Amino acid sequence: MAMSFEWPWQYRFPPFFTLQPNVDTRQKQLAAWCSLVLSFCRLHKQSSMTVMEAQESPLFNNVKLQRKLPVESIQIVLEELRKKGNLEWLDKSKSSFLIMWRRPEEWGKLIYQWVSRSGQNNSVFTLYELTNGEDTEDEGIESILQDFQGHL
Amino acid sequence: MDRFTWTSGLLEIKDTLVIQQRGIKFDAGTLLLSTHRLIWRDQKNHECCMAILLSQIVFIEEQAAGIGKSAKIVVHLHPAPPNKEPGPFQSSKNSYIKLSFKEHGQIEFYRRLSEEMTQRRWENMPVSQSLQTNRGPQPGRIRAVGIVGIERKLEEKRKETDKNISEAFEDLSKLMIKAKEMVELSKSIANKIKDKQGDITEDETIRFKSYLLSMGIANPVTRETYGSGTQYHMQLAKQLAGILQAPLEERGGIMSLTEVYCLVNRARGMELLSPEDLVNACKMLEALKLPLRLRVFDSGVMVIELQSHKEEEMVASALETVSEKGSLTSEEFAKLVGMSVLLAKERLLLAEKMGHLCRDDSVEGLRFYPNLFMTQS
Repeated sequence: MAMSFEWPWQYRFPPFFTLQPNVDTRQKQLAAWCSLVLSFCRLHKQSSMTVMEAQESPLFNNVKLQRKLPVESIQIVLEELRKKGNLEWLDKSKSSFLIMWRRPEEWGKLIYQWVSRSGQNNSVFTLYELTNGEDTEDEGIESILQDFQGHL
Repeated sequence: MDRFTWTSGLLEIKDTLVIQQRGIKFDAGTLLLSTHRLIWRDQKNHECCMAILLSQIVFIEEQAAGIGKSAKIVVHLHPAPPNKEPGPFQSSKNSYIKLSFKEHGQIEFYRRLSEEMTQRRWENMPVSQSLQTNRGPQPGRIRAVGIVGIERKLEEKRKETDKNISEAFEDLSKLMIKAKEMVELSKSIANKIKDKQGDITEDETIRFKSYLLSMGIANPVTRETYGSGTQYHMQLAKQLAGILQAPLEERGGIMSLTEVYCLVNRARGMELLSPEDLVNACKMLEALKLPLRLRVFDSGVMVIELQSHKEEEMVASALETVSEKGSLTSEEFAKLVGMSVLLAKERLLLAEKMGHLCRDDSVEGLRFYPNLFMTQS
């Protein structure tokens, strides 16, 4: 899917790159960041990243606007994602992480639903069969599985 | 001049001599030599005293003692000057006198007299005209002429200055008594604190004491009790309410406490307020139901505002201003609205606190934007 990534309006709003002191404002801000990170990673099929990469990536660094989210704030955003279950640290020093734009349990639920629908319970499929088999013409599941594959 | 007579060039006082002049003997007296005169005083009758100016002496010579004769000094004199004060003789044929030293001492006397003659010290020092009828020193009369006069004047002046200085320092000695009290007070406070806390170190106490003394004894024990207030602060608060009404209205109903401090002290001229007193008085404004109040912002900035002034309403207008311009820094906002930068910043921060604005903090500075996080989904 070569969809051009559409940045959200916040991306062009300078205060987005400053961690807001007002608690309520901050909540909104962080929520916006989390969804941006996830959609960015999904589109670019990026499932893991290091913090260093993240700092320089256009995700946190809007060159045109001349604004960068400082590394302390990036840490806070990543922590938010971790709390929500969308992120896992790959090492103890927290230098690289795994990003799951769909949480594992969400995946499980989707696949199960598909399997139930197509009446394929209690048989074993390979992933290849799942994604390329003739039975998998349901576009919904196809896209899901493609994404899943990319995620893996 | 009297002093000079008795102190300088003084010889053995107990010389006795005879003055012969025209065969008339003046017997048994005391001869005194001074830098200006030769004085003879009758031993029996102290009132009888004669003097000859040394400047009248032309020349002196010794006459050695012989058998039955005592040593003598012959003093040759100038003719008597026309303005000579009255003396024992109105006129004399002889132009010399003989001094007979019955009790010796003539050698020394001669030596001294010739010394005085050579030195001629009477020429260097101005001398008053009235000298012959010297009845001895006259106590009580301050002579305003001559060296004596000058010296006496200097003495008077010195005494006067001394008196002035002592008067001037009278207040200082009172102050020193007060300072002593204050030192006692600071000691007692330090002790109180020590007791409460138990383990104040030695240098902390010393530092505390020096702090107290330099700040004019700010008593921490009573600072928290300002609520009950002292009469002074209450009166002061009322006075401030009167003074500040007009300036506050001019400045849009709000002024920082430092501005108030400057304004009030400039108006008072004398008897300036200490910052401590000002703050304490302002803390009582609301309690006393005066038309002003003290307000402390989160950042610690203290302002005085009119009761009628509603900062929260101002925030709404601030939001409008910011929205119009897209974004503003505190300085830009201050300029637009005509406020001090300090107060402008406080207003913007309050707006942010209330959720109307959000901030953009970068190398370019701190800017405030309308809070689109809340208003836009």
